[in-house]
Parts: sequence; structure tokens; C-alpha cells
Amino acid sequence: MRRFSWLHVPAGLTYLFLYLPIVVLVIMSFNAADTPYRWDGFDTAWYGRLFADRAVREGLVNTLIVATGATALSTVLGTLLAVGLARYTRSKLLDAIAVAPAVLPDIVLAIGLLAFYTAVQFTLGLHSILLAHAVFGTAFVAAVVRTRLAHVDGSLEEASRDLGATAVQTFVRITLPSLAPGIVAGALLAFSLSLDEFVIAFFTAGPQDPTLPIVIYSMVRFGVTPEINALATLLLAVSFTFVILAQRLSRLTESL
Amino acid sequence: MSNPPVSEPLVSIQGVSRRFGDIRALEQVSLDIRQGEFFALLGPSGCGKTTLLRILAGFEHPDSGSVTLDGADLLAVPPHRRPVNLMFQSYALFPHMSVAKNIAYGLERERVPKREIRERVDEVLATVGLTGLARRRPHQLSGGQRQRVALARAIVKRPRLLLLDEPLSALDKKVRAEMQLELKRLQHEVGITFVVVTHDQEEAMSLADRIAVLSEGRVRQVDAPVPLYERPADLFVADFVGANNLITGVVTTDGLRVPGVGVLPCPASPDAVGDTATLAVRPERVRLGADGGLVGVVRDVTFFGGTTRVAVDVAGLDRPLLATVAGAAVVRLGDKTRVDWPGAEPAPGRATSWPCGRAAAWPAPPVRPADCR
Repeated sequence: MRRFSWLHVPAGLTYLFLYLPIVVLVIMSFNAADTPYRWDGFDTAWYGRLFADRAVREGLVNTLIVATGATALSTVLGTLLAVGLARYTRSKLLDAIAVAPAVLPDIVLAIGLLAFYTAVQFTLGLHSILLAHAVFGTAFVAAVVRTRLAHVDGSLEEASRDLGATAVQTFVRITLPSLAPGIVAGALLAFSLSLDEFVIAFFTAGPQDPTLPIVIYSMVRFGVTPEINALATLLLAVSFTFVILAQRLSRLTESL
Repeated sequence: MSNPPVSEPLVSIQGVSRRFGDIRALEQVSLDIRQGEFFALLGPSGCGKTTLLRILAGFEHPDSGSVTLDGADLLAVPPHRRPVNLMFQSYALFPHMSVAKNIAYGLERERVPKREIRERVDEVLATVGLTGLARRRPHQLSGGQRQRVALARAIVKRPRLLLLDEPLSALDKKVRAEMQLELKRLQHEVGITFVVVTHDQEEAMSLADRIAVLSEGRVRQVDAPVPLYERPADLFVADFVGANNLITGVVTTDGLRVPGVGVLPCPASPDAVGDTATLAVRPERVRLGADGGLVGVVRDVTFFGGTTRVAVDVAGLDRPLLATVAGAAVVRLGDKTRVDWPGAEPAPGRATSWPCGRAAAWPAPPVRPADCR
């Protein structure tokens, strides 16, 4: 048993501040009434309505396409970037620039990407969102893999060479497996970030094929319906799962 | 004294130099390593021994000089094609592979048939005493077991030369003594030439047939353990290998005149008279409670079980004189005692001296104490 300390009070309040809105949202998604001002009992009807909504379903499919594609792209590029940075340069500047898209304000990236797409006369659509998401996804994957790389014993690769493996064999059989937990964690992070990304998607989307966050935005403009609460709850569940998975994997890597 | 069988050098290192920026890691190093011997590179950290090892493995390239193996240029061969294997200080076991997979890794790269790989892995596991642990992962093993795996992984390739980088440094003392014997036995059994890098002189002495002492990138002396201990080539070796009492003074016809102490008996050739010289006396040669000699106060007594190390403060000497006596000490802290060392009889372990300023000009044939008087 831990004894009570007054320090627990601000800690508790902070968590309340962080999670109360989310808790309310989740509860409201199960409210039978259609306004948040009354509680008419537990009901999953809004989830049914949600799945019947064609716009939502299409938005979900679009989001999954974008997230999957962006994750695949950023995992490959981010891993190579991390390994390359660690091995071939000691420049702090290059290092910083590589992970900058991860911390840059979304709106800056969004405007920049839109300006770039316009300049090169790139047609906007799902592919343009996918590429845009790969930009910050790559930075996140690179950052996570670099952390992992710092934990890997550098002599493993030398040992592999010493035992007769070529550089390529060493990369495939030793480097990649040692980095695997970091790569998977980075990929999960990139996926969950892409899943609910709105600002960049909004700027780089074409006239058709909106992603789920854009669909939600257009629904919210006419007032928050409990249907949206249900949708948000589902997204929350998915994001949470991925973030926790990513965290566990990166913790696992440290014990190896 | 038992000399290792003389045979053709397996590895010949000629005039190898390597710099890192301003630091000279290796400076004109020349060494021959013979077929089948257990060779040690001994030196304090930063003396260049690891750089030399990495040059042999192929992870470093010398700025100048040549290295041949069986007479063929080794430097032209990339690390993965050299018949040389390295056991890393960290062991560098692949964490995502089982013990068996770790050991099989090198054989798979050689495209050895699967059946043969299995046989050879089983065989080497038996050799290092790890049968039954083939399916374990490295993190499920103890330090000593990991070391055995690293060793097995290197010797299963049957290299011409096995390099060991501080092989025992990560082990605790008891396991270390055990592995020391084990390494010797293994080297004998597999007949591979071993080159071990260590900063621990006791380890080098107990393992190796021959030892090269390195300091600041230079080879100071190459010798078998006993001559290395008994006839150090210069002051550095005398100080680094084993404990020694080093006393500096001026050579006179009677011995060594040390200011504030007097004239100490010492072997020196007549033409060295007037030179500054350093006398080296091994602690086990120093006698306590003798009739003559120097007078001092016991400052420290350390009991090691079989022996006791006594430090005696002698007026005029800047370092306390060390004496090693068998069993428990007869003196106590603060006791006044007389110390001396027999200098008359020509015995192994004699005190030797050499001119300080010409330390590098050693070895002259060691002067017998009898020549001194």
C-alpha cells in the first residue's frame, strides 16, 4: 500500500483534465438519447447507424489505404535514413533536418506540401495524401529506429563480417533483425498518426475521396451527433492499441 | 626453460604504423607469430594492442607496413574472406539467434552442407562443454557460457588464426581462473594459433607461450613469460610486468649511490660508472628483518593467503619498498624493520639495472651480480 501524499492530488487532477473529455465522449457514444444533455440509457444504436453510413465507410476505406501506403513507404525510407545517418555522417545538422518533419507544425507542412504539389502540377487525390503522410511518417520512423540503433552493439555487424558474411548478408541477417522491434514500433506509430491526421490531409486531398477525419469534420460542421461520438470512440480504441503496442515493443528492445 | 617449438612464422607483421589524427596508435611494429603458439599482446589501455588486433581481423588498415599470413599478403583480403576469426570483448553474440544458430552462422556463410554444419556445431558444443544449451538464446546464458559460445562460434570455422580481445575481462574472478585453464586446454586441443589481447599481465603470463609488451604504439619486448619477468628489456617492461621496486641513483664502483639512502649493492659494468641508473628489485627478493641493509617503518601489510605483501617506508626513497613474504607476516604496522636483498649469488630473479638514459639500448647481456664487486 502506498501512503497518501498531497502530491497525488495535482497528479490526479492532471489525469482528470487529460482524460475526462475522452471519458465523456465514450460514455455519450453509448447514450440512447441524441443530445448530450440527457441520459436515456445504454444503447449501441449509434454504432449501427455509423456502419450504415456510406460516407463514413468510404472515408474509413480511404484512410486505411492512405495509412497503409504511407506506413509502408515511411518504414522503408525511415529505416534506411536512420541507418545511413548513424553510419555515414556525424553531422548534427543532417540529423536534425531528418527528424524535423516530425516536430514541424502540421499547418506548415500542409501549406508547404500544397504549394509544392501546385508548383509541380501534381493532381491531388489519395496518392497525394499518402505521400504527404509519408513525409512525417518517415521522420517518426527514423527517430524511433535511431534510438534502437543506439542500443545495438556495433560489434554485431563486425562479428558477422568476421564470420564470413558479405555487407549485404550482414544487413539482412544481422542489422535488420536487431532493429526489428524499433522498425515495428516506428511503423505502428506512423500508422496511428496517419489514421487520424486531419490538417495535412485536408490541404492535400483532392475533391473526391476524403479520409475519415475529413468526413468527420464535414459532419461536425452541422453539429456533433452521437454517431460521431461512436466513430471517435472507435478511432480512439485503434490509436490506443497501436500506441501501446509501439511502446511495449520499444521497451522490449531495451531488454535485449 | 621450455621453449615452444620453433617453426616458420604464421603471421609476419613488418613495420606497421597507424595514426588516428595526432595519436600514434602503432609505430613501426614488427612481430612474428609462429604456427600453433599462444601469443599475447600485453599493454596498458591505449598502447595500440587492440588496433593491431583489428588490423589482423581486417577492420582497420595500417597507414604503412605489411602483414602476411602463410607468406601471402593479408591486408589485401577483406575481413569476411580472411582465415582469421575474432572473439570480441563484448562477445557480440547475435541476440535474435539461438546458440546453435550463432555457431552455425559462419559455416552457413561458407555454404557448408547442412548435415556437416549440424555435426560440427554439435562437436564444438561438446568441446566447449555446452552440450544441451544449443537452443538457448544468448540472454538466457551466464557470462561464462556466453564466452564459451563466442569461442565456439569462432573456432568452428577452423581459422588459421584466432584473435581474442580481452577474453576474460567480463568474467568474475572465479570463472576467469576456470576459463583461463579452459582456453589453454582448447588451444592445445584444436591446435589453432591464438593471439590474445590483454592489459592484465598475470593473464598474459599464465596463458601465453610468448608475450609482446606494447607501450605507446611500440613493441618494447617479445619474450616467453619467464625471461620477460626475469630480464625485462627496459624500464617500462620492468615496471609493467609484475611488481618491482625501482630505485634510481648514480652508478659508482661500489654499487648504486642513491641520495639520502647510501650505496646499494647492484650489478653494473665498470664502464657505466657515473651514469644514472635504475635498480629493479622484485618484491619476492626483498628480505625483512635482515642484519644489514636499510632501515624502514612498516606502512602497510596485505595478507593474500599464501603470501603477504609488506610495504616499508625507507627514508630517502619516494616510494615505499615492497616485499612479498611467504605465509603470514612476521611484522606489524608501525614496526621498525631492516630490509635488504641478496645480491651476491647469481640466481634467477636477480636484481638487474640499466642506464636510465639509455633504456632503449637494452638488452645488453644481463650483468651477474658477481661482476659488480
